[in-house]
Amino acid sequence: MTMKIKKMSKYTRRNFITYVMLAILFVVVQALVSTGNVSSLIKGQLVPICAYVVMAISLNLTVGVLGELSLGHAGFMSVGAFSGVVMATCLQTVVPIAWLRLAIAIITGGVFAAMVGVIVGIPVLRLKGDYLAIVTLAFGEIIKSIINNLYIGLDSGGLHMSLLTDKLNLAEGGKTILGGPMGATGVSSISTFTMGMILIVVCLTVIFNLVNSKSGRAVMALRDNRIAAESVGINVTKYKLMAFVISASMAGMAGTLFAMNYSTVVASKFDFNTSILVLVFVVLGGLGNMRGSIIAAAALTILPELLRQFQDYRMLAYAIVLILVMLATNNPTLSAAFRRFFGSFRRKKPTSDAKGGAAQ
Amino acid sequence: MTFLTYVISGISLGSVYAIIALGYTMVYGIAKMLNFAHGDVIMVGAYVCFFATSRFGLNPVIGVLLAMFVCTILGMVIERLAYKPLRQAPSLAVLITAIGISYFLQNAAQLLWTSNPKTYTSVVGNGALQLAGGQLPISYVTIVTIVACVAIMVGLTTFTSKTKMGKAMRACSEDKGAAQLMGINVNTTISVTFAIGSALAAIAGVLLCSAYPILTPTTGSMPGIKAFTAAVFGGIGSVPGAFLGGILLGIIEIFAKAYISTQLSDAIVFAVLIVVLLVKPTGLLGKPVSEKV
Repeated sequence: MTMKIKKMSKYTRRNFITYVMLAILFVVVQALVSTGNVSSLIKGQLVPICAYVVMAISLNLTVGVLGELSLGHAGFMSVGAFSGVVMATCLQTVVPIAWLRLAIAIITGGVFAAMVGVIVGIPVLRLKGDYLAIVTLAFGEIIKSIINNLYIGLDSGGLHMSLLTDKLNLAEGGKTILGGPMGATGVSSISTFTMGMILIVVCLTVIFNLVNSKSGRAVMALRDNRIAAESVGINVTKYKLMAFVISASMAGMAGTLFAMNYSTVVASKFDFNTSILVLVFVVLGGLGNMRGSIIAAAALTILPELLRQFQDYRMLAYAIVLILVMLATNNPTLSAAFRRFFGSFRRKKPTSDAKGGAAQ
Repeated sequence: MTFLTYVISGISLGSVYAIIALGYTMVYGIAKMLNFAHGDVIMVGAYVCFFATSRFGLNPVIGVLLAMFVCTILGMVIERLAYKPLRQAPSLAVLITAIGISYFLQNAAQLLWTSNPKTYTSVVGNGALQLAGGQLPISYVTIVTIVACVAIMVGLTTFTSKTKMGKAMRACSEDKGAAQLMGINVNTTISVTFAIGSALAAIAGVLLCSAYPILTPTTGSMPGIKAFTAAVFGGIGSVPGAFLGGILLGIIEIFAKAYISTQLSDAIVFAVLIVVLLVKPTGLLGKPVSEKV
């Protein structure tokens, strides 16, 4: 076994370790849940953790692999969440099997988020740096505002939609799925931890394969030096848009998974703060490092729950931990001290450069 | 007449955005970082003034000065402890640290002052100037806000173009290394920039809460984001740009609320920003950046 692992290429080995880590995690959590060793607090966090992990790896594709800062990723999550919820409610009677309905809803969420990704991506990707970041923020806020004022109802005649007014003209027996600022109520919560893990593995596989493909290398070449990449004939718009749309669609799928875990979802849940939260996962996990994103997303989602004993001080503690970690990993003096301290345990060369090297 | 009323309230809201945006833009220009904690400094300033005037019955002018003093110290301490160690770090690391500071300030405020909304008493009284035979009332808050914004704008422009420290700031924002070689103390300059930006944030906080009198620990975040948008709108790094961007954003927001839809006003503001950036990618007054090949 060890011989085999050593013979693998660098990337295959890294990916293999990530998959094994996920598999072990899945088995351990399932075992703990079935033996009743998990508190209900943590149990309730399992699906959101999966959703945040998918969000983190999808944002890592945009920020780490494509190299563009996005501050509106929650917008795609929102699109996916609500389109998925609408689809699942429509299929309530047609598809009685819960997991199949969930899968269809997740795919729908992904497709809709990808479409919005194309609409957003074409103008956004023409800009650079901080301007691009602020425009993604703007798009995130626009999506939030629109969904906050969107009303969708279902009756025997099909779907009814209206913006700003709740007059849906529903026929007898029709029901409102999405009620503007009230959000989607009465959602049947069918998300499961197993489906969350499947989604993580699917998204990871897509990203790993993308990164090691011709297209992925083109995307990374654009990140490292756009002008050089363009001069050797790489189509800037095509590859940037491709990575951005894949990332958006994954965020949409994560959104559906997240929304189907609760009976009520409101659009204001997916605001600027959520985008920032996911960005924190990505930066703490390491740019372009998918395994790091997974660990950071899981750890930082559980951390506030574990800090519950500090009660009111827990978010304060979270903020302090965040600042200290950033200082410790990015300040040359401090990180050198850390490396000396941990140097005896691991002999890995530090990768703290701006744009994180190849994806792992 | 209603149209004029909307224009005036737009300029008033825009003036607040402009004052906040000036802080954003100066810090961005010199430290090349998006200071997401700026919005929360506004909130701290508003709380300090609130307690000084409502609880301790101090004169509003002293309250504002106290708020400016506290925020100046706060801004310099934040810069010294959190941003200075990261001077050489990648910009994303600094951004996340700024977000950490923002979380910290919001939660500290929640612990210190609870999340119950405080009803703000305006620092300039509730009266209004009646123009055109009472058809066009302009509240004193509006007048003070606009006058303060213009005064700050004129003061800052003079400061950056005439004084030694102002020139040092411009030099640092162009090229830190060269500025250092010319004998400018870059660290002091950056520290002073943060101090000025935070003092402006305190003024903005007091004016904002005088016009919209509800104060909670998250009061600063949305105006912070809007002002940041305004700074980008006008061309980030440019002082007149922040002023222009702030005023325009305020007017657009009030017009969108009045004539199109209250709920969608934010969406409209951001949509205008996107259109402007697509036509002019560096903002209204931003300098086009040439690319080296």
